[in-house]
Amino acid sequence: MSESREIYLDHIAASPVRKEAFDAMIPLLEEGFGNPQSVTTRGQRAAEVLAEAREQVASLVGMTANDVIFTATGSEANNLALKGIARGRANKSNRIIISAIEHISIMTPAKTLEKEGFEVVALPVDSFGSVDPGDLKKALEGGAAVVSVIHASTEVGTVQPVVELAALCREAGVPFHTDSWGAAGMIETDMTKIGAGAMTIAAQNFGGPPGAASLIIGKGFPLRPMIQGGVQERGLRAGQENIPAIAAMGVAASLALAELNDRAARLTRIRDAFIERLPAAIPDVIATGHPEKRLPGHASFCVKYIEGEGLLLFLDNKGIMAASGSACTSKALKGSHVLETMGYDAATAQGSIVFTLGDSNELSDVDTVIEEMKPVVSRLREMSPIYNRDKK
Amino acid sequence: MPMYSDKVMDHFMRPRNVGEIKDADGIGEIGNPTCGDMMTFMITVKDDRLADVKFKTFGCGAAIAVSSMVSEMATGKTLDEAMKITNEMVAKELGGLPKNKMHCSNLGADALHAAIEDYRKRKGTGEPAPKPHAHESELHGQTCPYCDSDIEDSYPFCASCKTKLSDCPECGKIVSSSLSECPHCGCILDGEEKKD
Repeated sequence: MSESREIYLDHIAASPVRKEAFDAMIPLLEEGFGNPQSVTTRGQRAAEVLAEAREQVASLVGMTANDVIFTATGSEANNLALKGIARGRANKSNRIIISAIEHISIMTPAKTLEKEGFEVVALPVDSFGSVDPGDLKKALEGGAAVVSVIHASTEVGTVQPVVELAALCREAGVPFHTDSWGAAGMIETDMTKIGAGAMTIAAQNFGGPPGAASLIIGKGFPLRPMIQGGVQERGLRAGQENIPAIAAMGVAASLALAELNDRAARLTRIRDAFIERLPAAIPDVIATGHPEKRLPGHASFCVKYIEGEGLLLFLDNKGIMAASGSACTSKALKGSHVLETMGYDAATAQGSIVFTLGDSNELSDVDTVIEEMKPVVSRLREMSPIYNRDKK
Repeated sequence: MPMYSDKVMDHFMRPRNVGEIKDADGIGEIGNPTCGDMMTFMITVKDDRLADVKFKTFGCGAAIAVSSMVSEMATGKTLDEAMKITNEMVAKELGGLPKNKMHCSNLGADALHAAIEDYRKRKGTGEPAPKPHAHESELHGQTCPYCDSDIEDSYPFCASCKTKLSDCPECGKIVSSSLSECPHCGCILDGEEKKD
């Protein structure tokens, strides 16, 4: 590691817990413990903590406390939404509609539902990674048990036209779920303004701790639970709630809502500097995703002729931590289905690098990262057989 | 624990023998950018020995480290000795590779062998080297038992959930290769993965 400070640019993968949320959490692990299902004083105190957090989380998404189902992770909430609604409405339709760029926690449950007899329709995206509402309109003609489209791509940052998509679903009488895991705390997630019936959020993405997430789902949607047992979370998610993490999630949700506009403005400035300067400083670097309709703290690129993991390792050595959608960086060695479906050839997609910003980042980080990247990219290109080939 | 051993990181950060050989005696190219990795090996042969080995690699840290390691291991060896360099030897020399990166070491040895074969073909002394083994089981339409993803192209791995897979020798169903007993028919599996 070099002498300079760490520049952390992988906030969408993991973020520090905010001080206020941390302070709310710790006493509940010690003297404040209690099971909210218990009639004891401790139990009732824990129930109050849970109720307050439920209100706070509901506010972030413009819904009421009753609509909040706490889960452990965003992946769990996505599984519950897709499988739970599809199975609950199987008597209405055996089709489910998703986009081709969903997170794996929607893609994999969709495959499982396909095995159970559902027909899965995957909406295509354009080269910016945007779903065309016209495609959803067409797809809805055949009916659907549920529609799920990611609010904002965590890989290319593109924000989907969720308001239009939700309106089409409402017209067709089909529940619309959106995975707002990367969007919450960054852009508007008021479900009444969006018109969404169900939404996934995770505390980690707005300053809360790992281990707390939520599926928020309005009344009237039949939902089958996945985890069965006690009556926690309206019987839709059995198991004792993670009270300390949920309390911290509530505090983080309130702060995220209050600071939403300031944060978005601050991060957008840094993001735009990245998108403007990096391709100008290093040849054959392509910005991916939508140039404007994108997450405030999200800048993503493909660096041609090289592979993302090598780039990440060299940058990490300089104290700069980012992410890549390249096949080699995924444990599964699978290339990005998002970039592929957006039309990038596999070799270009291999050079994917994703910077996701957070409160620790400053505008000056952009130039620092670019300066560190220049020699690393040249070096990896010198080593690359396809770089030479293209130049010859 | 870091993902890569110190030796892998050393060969990745400071790769040996990167480059091209003008008028190489043999050139081997394995992989293509579409499948993620591509390696080009160039060799100079003197008195049936590898006098010079150079490579260029498009790929991850492991792929670059493997290329560097292979080039180092092969330089100075006779062609027959170099043909005997196996994936396991390369991985071992590097102090081990993460399980899901083992295929990178296959590519390294294969690219070197391809360069030697190319040399032999040009000299007209070629005995065709044995092709790397390919699994012949019927994979079309098969899905991973853990995540339901297609495994036709990625077997013996599931590309989605990274489970190493094998097919049960008794009932033929796809199972995780770490199991000692087939969950479908109950027969005893050899569980090759359990060593580590």
